[in-house]
Amino acid sequence: MKLEQFARAGQSIQEAREHPSPWMIVWIALKNHKGALVGAGVFTFIVLAVLIGPLIYTIDPQLTDTAVRNQGMSWQHPLGTDNLGRDMLAQMLSGGRIALAVGFAAMLLSLGVGITIGVVAGYYKRLDGPLMRLTDLFLALPLLPLLLVIIMLFRDTLRAFDPEMGIFILIVLGIGITSWMQTARIVRGETLAVKEREFVLAATSMGTSGLHIITKHILPNILSPIMVSATLGIANAIITESTLSFLGLGFPPDFPTWGRLLFDGVNFIEISPARVIWPGLAISLTVLSVNYIGDALRDAIDPRVRNE
Amino acid sequence: MSRSPLIALIALSILFLGSCSQESAEVDTNLRLLYWQAPSTLNPYLSSGTKDIEAASIVIEPLAHYDANAKKVPILATRIPTVENGDIAEDYRSITWHLRQDIVWSDGTQLTSADVVFSWRYCTHEEAGCTGKDSFRDVEQVVAVDDYTVRIDFTKPAPFPFGPFVGSVSPVLQYQQFKDCLGLRAQECTEANFYPIGTGPFIVEEFKANDTVRYKANPHYREEGKPFFQTVIIKGGGDAASAARAVLQTGEFDYAWNLQVEPEVLDNMRNAGKGEVLTAFGSQVERIMVNQTNEDPSLDADTRSVYLDGNNAHPFLSDINVRRALSLAIDRQILVDIGYGVAGQPTCNVIPLPEQYVSTNNEDCKTPNIDEANRILEEAGWVKGSDGVRAKDGVRLSLLYQTSTNSVRQGTQSLIKGMWQEIGVETELRNIDAAVFFGGDPGSPDTLQKFFADVQMYTNNFEGNDPSNYVEGWQCGNVPDPQNQWVGPNISRGCSEEFDALLDTLSETFDSDERVAIIKQLNDIVVQSIWEIPLIHRARVSAKSNSLKGFELNGWDSELWTIADWYREE
Repeated sequence: MKLEQFARAGQSIQEAREHPSPWMIVWIALKNHKGALVGAGVFTFIVLAVLIGPLIYTIDPQLTDTAVRNQGMSWQHPLGTDNLGRDMLAQMLSGGRIALAVGFAAMLLSLGVGITIGVVAGYYKRLDGPLMRLTDLFLALPLLPLLLVIIMLFRDTLRAFDPEMGIFILIVLGIGITSWMQTARIVRGETLAVKEREFVLAATSMGTSGLHIITKHILPNILSPIMVSATLGIANAIITESTLSFLGLGFPPDFPTWGRLLFDGVNFIEISPARVIWPGLAISLTVLSVNYIGDALRDAIDPRVRNE
Repeated sequence: MSRSPLIALIALSILFLGSCSQESAEVDTNLRLLYWQAPSTLNPYLSSGTKDIEAASIVIEPLAHYDANAKKVPILATRIPTVENGDIAEDYRSITWHLRQDIVWSDGTQLTSADVVFSWRYCTHEEAGCTGKDSFRDVEQVVAVDDYTVRIDFTKPAPFPFGPFVGSVSPVLQYQQFKDCLGLRAQECTEANFYPIGTGPFIVEEFKANDTVRYKANPHYREEGKPFFQTVIIKGGGDAASAARAVLQTGEFDYAWNLQVEPEVLDNMRNAGKGEVLTAFGSQVERIMVNQTNEDPSLDADTRSVYLDGNNAHPFLSDINVRRALSLAIDRQILVDIGYGVAGQPTCNVIPLPEQYVSTNNEDCKTPNIDEANRILEEAGWVKGSDGVRAKDGVRLSLLYQTSTNSVRQGTQSLIKGMWQEIGVETELRNIDAAVFFGGDPGSPDTLQKFFADVQMYTNNFEGNDPSNYVEGWQCGNVPDPQNQWVGPNISRGCSEEFDALLDTLSETFDSDERVAIIKQLNDIVVQSIWEIPLIHRARVSAKSNSLKGFELNGWDSELWTIADWYREE
């Protein structure tokens, strides 16, 4: 990214250098963070691969070809094939789409719920108690058994319009509503601190409405923990989806996701280790790179850390 | 840092000493068995599956059991009753068993006919919920003629009178121990259910439900000097592949049961050289059940997958042409090659053995014919739409195909999905945890009995060597529904008057050749009506360590039937 892009409208480059905008400061801090740069590179590569990959590499991931079973790497099958002769690369790409889609969607949902509850609890004293007890309640719920029950109860209802989309919505909802609690607690804590600051007091005394204060004054000031939650949320959602698929739940058995590929490959770890290594590596790399980006974002956004 | 060589030296010497002492030790008399589905009770009459029956079979025994060739061998009885020796009545209305007089329970008391009579009363008690009730079908009464003679009377002529007390599903319980456990109290007698007193080679020492069972040798066992092993541990848990690994690769266990694992994986483990894989063919057939009733999720609980006297037919699977095409499209040989190897053979019958019962009228299913299947569907008016799926009058050929979670079954599912795609049938796959799918819990929607899917796949078989009781399963009246708490063997909900009439003929036929002919016809009706699509005749697959000797696998009864003769030779 170039400096010019950060120059605000009507601002010369010279001015931008002297009075950098907040986003530019973040960018400057970010680009000095080696881990973040590598992480962003890897993450971009994975996202591009799973988005564009299937358009170029058009082999059907569910196609079984019994003539080419348990094959190693070759030009026809760059990552080899599984015991039913399905192409591993095609399955990896298609599985990655699911993993990332679930990751992002569930993260957005859990972030939305978490921020709303956190801010409301922190800002409105009357609602603080009930909302935080609700958070405690959700924290006490065991995640996996709850997801299993949800999937069993609502599977048939959602199947009615589209099986794969139905289970996708179910898993996203399941992960989303069981992972917002950490965000809510962090956001509440930060809101409580920011609420007492002078500029909020000033805004209140000028008669600004609560909603306005929250959106204009509080949220921008607690962006840093939210960003971190978001990145961690993606990683968490990908791992939960993999766990569900690994347990043989979640998506239908012939629908490749990284977790499912790992699950299916375990028995074959000695015959074709690649079946375990590739999906395992993909999950680890995605989660790790997202974590690095989150880490760097926190450092970059938080002025206290940045100025050290 | 300077200490580390010293530590290494000590560690080495300990290792060395350890290995020395192990070599000089006597042959290990502890037998370790791995059942990846853990036993949950040791009372076979309350069992939830083969695992319980097998774990109990080394403690409590029936009057006779089946050997590896499906022949009856007396255990607690002196001889096998026949018409010739006069123990089976001429009119087939009763059978008489003579008990051995030298059999002692593990608490030292004598086995008498009172125990046998009691076992019948225990299982047939109305409120008992006995899972072995099938063995006592048509039994009018069990009478103790004297202390060592038992007569079983049937309500109607029983051409096959070996249901009660033959095979490990129908053993003899001790009257003294279970006398207060009748009816509703059956489940409450945990002490008796977990620590049954038996006549077998071992006694239960410790029972942890769904985990471990520990046994020790029975000092009162009838054969002098046996069993050779002093203690036995049955450990449960894990899955088939890890169980195979524990015997074949790491050698932690001496024997593992029911190894439905891909052939190449098993081969690879076998190369480690620590054990061998054994197979024995019995009556197990992996089949696809084709739901004859409507399973639409929008139907209410009293209608979904309920037979309703034929008024709730499946929207498209009730069309025989669709069912025929589904069966024709499947290449069974590929399924065997990929999922089973030596442990399976393609089959076109639901009765694959014993030899004389096997029908030869359905062999054409072994050659798949996609073109013919397409032609049948085309002719029946099922036309391919733009999405490649056939439809007629707005009904699309789109199936939900469920089975238990097991990598071989998921592989088979994927392959069949591909084969059905070629004839324009869309398939959605679902896998359900084995404990739920086979659990039979009337509260769960995912059991095989509820059959909330269009087709489902699993293995079924019959006990013993005579399929007479088994074929009765497809009677119209045996369909599971909410009224009978979803219990009943007619899972595919197929029903025909012809079949039921033929069954009536069977029950009045005593000539064994004629019976065989009728049973073959019954098999043909099931297969040709395509209520079920037989896929693979499966062998029992077990693994044993090289040091374990005296083992003989049995496809017809408990695999542990010769456990008293097992010994170890390093």
